[in-house]
Amino acid sequence: MELIGLANYAIFMGILIGIYALLSLALNIQWGFTGLFNAGVAGFFAIGAYTSAILTSTPALNRMGGFEWPILLGWAAAMLVAAMIAWPIGKICLRFRSDYLAIATIGVAEIFRLIIKSEDWLTGGSRGITGIPRPFGDLPYVQSQLAYLALVVIAVLVVYLLVERQLKAPWGRMMRAIRDNEAAAAAMGKQVEARRLQAFIFGSAIMGLAGALFVHFNRSITPEAIDPMIATFLIWIMLILGGSGNNRGAILGAAVIWIIWSVSELLTDRLPTEVAIQAKYIRIFIIGLMLQLVLRFRPEGILPEERKRNPVGPG
Amino acid sequence: MAIIDFINFYIVPGLLLGSIYAVGAIGITMVFGILRFAHFAHGDMATMGAFIALAVVGLFGVTPWTALPIAMVLTAILAVGIDRTFYDYLRKRPAILTVMASLGVALMLRSLVQVIWGVDPQTYQRGIVRPDTYFGILLRPRELYTFLSVIVIVVALTIFLRASKWGKAMRAMSDNPDLARLSGVDNRMVTLLLWTIVGALCAASGFMLAINTELTPMMGWFLLLPMFAAAILGGVGRVEGAVLGGLIVGMVEELSVLVMPGQYKAATAFVILLLILLVRPRGLLNGKVL
Repeated sequence: MELIGLANYAIFMGILIGIYALLSLALNIQWGFTGLFNAGVAGFFAIGAYTSAILTSTPALNRMGGFEWPILLGWAAAMLVAAMIAWPIGKICLRFRSDYLAIATIGVAEIFRLIIKSEDWLTGGSRGITGIPRPFGDLPYVQSQLAYLALVVIAVLVVYLLVERQLKAPWGRMMRAIRDNEAAAAAMGKQVEARRLQAFIFGSAIMGLAGALFVHFNRSITPEAIDPMIATFLIWIMLILGGSGNNRGAILGAAVIWIIWSVSELLTDRLPTEVAIQAKYIRIFIIGLMLQLVLRFRPEGILPEERKRNPVGPG
Repeated sequence: MAIIDFINFYIVPGLLLGSIYAVGAIGITMVFGILRFAHFAHGDMATMGAFIALAVVGLFGVTPWTALPIAMVLTAILAVGIDRTFYDYLRKRPAILTVMASLGVALMLRSLVQVIWGVDPQTYQRGIVRPDTYFGILLRPRELYTFLSVIVIVVALTIFLRASKWGKAMRAMSDNPDLARLSGVDNRMVTLLLWTIVGALCAASGFMLAINTELTPMMGWFLLLPMFAAAILGGVGRVEGAVLGGLIVGMVEELSVLVMPGQYKAATAFVILLLILLVRPRGLLNGKVL
């Protein structure tokens, strides 16, 4: 019995790790390969989650939507909407240094949180959206979980292979050139701004997809499901610790950090309630501290980018 | 609506909020201008300053406004410590890494506040204060003190930057760091002074927001977007620009409720930020563009 419970927990963890791996890969496209600071990862994640939820869920009286679209169409729409929101933001901010993009993406995440909370007719307000279908949701519990795990693994694999292929192609070389020496790349006739915009939109779309995968796994979503700052931060530390600029590192980092994060939650949940709340914030403090330690002592991450010359981020 | 009501319900709150933003934006614009990075821990440093003032009030039983200078000094020390521990060693690396470190510091500061003081809203003083009337304009004492403090802070800082040797050194670093170094400006001393000022300003802005509303662990984070909008609107690196930008952003936020739902007040700063980046990234007073 214990063993089955443990196996179930492992499958559950596997699915979430897969979703975080997608986010980490997406951030790697933006930060690892292009040097763009997206501080609103959770915002794009939430945009994808809500888009797919509204389009595929069953109709509800209290809000618009429940269009019962096929799930795959919902996923595609999640990517599309995330990309469409990324486009104007990137268009305005990518002309400048990445600091401005970081501020603007924090803004996107905050505004979207406001919308989720206050537009009841669209997002169900604080009650959120329920009745979201799940692929293979009719199977018995274990099979259904396994099938979803397979689905998530396929999504991660597809994105991983596509990104790897793209990076080996001339496009990838050009992106690294832009990141490492913008002036030289521009002098060689590369369209720096347009390329950055491409990477930003592409990464945001994958973040939207991750949101869609999350929402169909959960079958419901409420505003509390996503704490923008903490979620964004977890993904950042996954990428930096795993090794920005290395896709395998991004996936590894997602697994390591997510396991640490959930196991520490299991531990703190056993504490008495008065201490448990404080312990929750101590965990957040440690995540922040961990980033500082990685930046200081192992800035290239566990699996560094393969080319040694410029281990971290943009030059 | 009578003019006087319009002033009392929109202009005064707008100016109040705007001057709080202004004090915060000055710090942001100085770090952005001199050290050339966007300091994301600014809002949460303001939260910390406000809560330090709460602790001072609790420990020594002084009035909040007496606690403010003490909190400013303590937060300044904290800011210098944070710079030495988390930012200083990154200075030779790309600036965006310091931005990232500051986001981590923001999270750490906020969780510290949540661990030490809990998550429930708190106030410096209980009870309702009735506003006094000055020529028809309603002002509570705390609002009056806020306006006066902001004026004192801005005037003192302007005099320091214009007239003193170190103030000139700071402006030189902001205008042209290489030239400043060549002319013998002590880099480390300027950085130390900068964080002292920034920490004190953070505490002041956090305190003034808290005394006019309430203390919550998230209050500073919500200040971040308007403060950045104000700094960029005024022109990065321009102290008087930050003041102007802060007042405009605060005023627009308060007036926005006339034309759109109140819960989107916070979105106006974001719109201002995008608009200014789109049409005039140098800001109103010709700041820097990074």
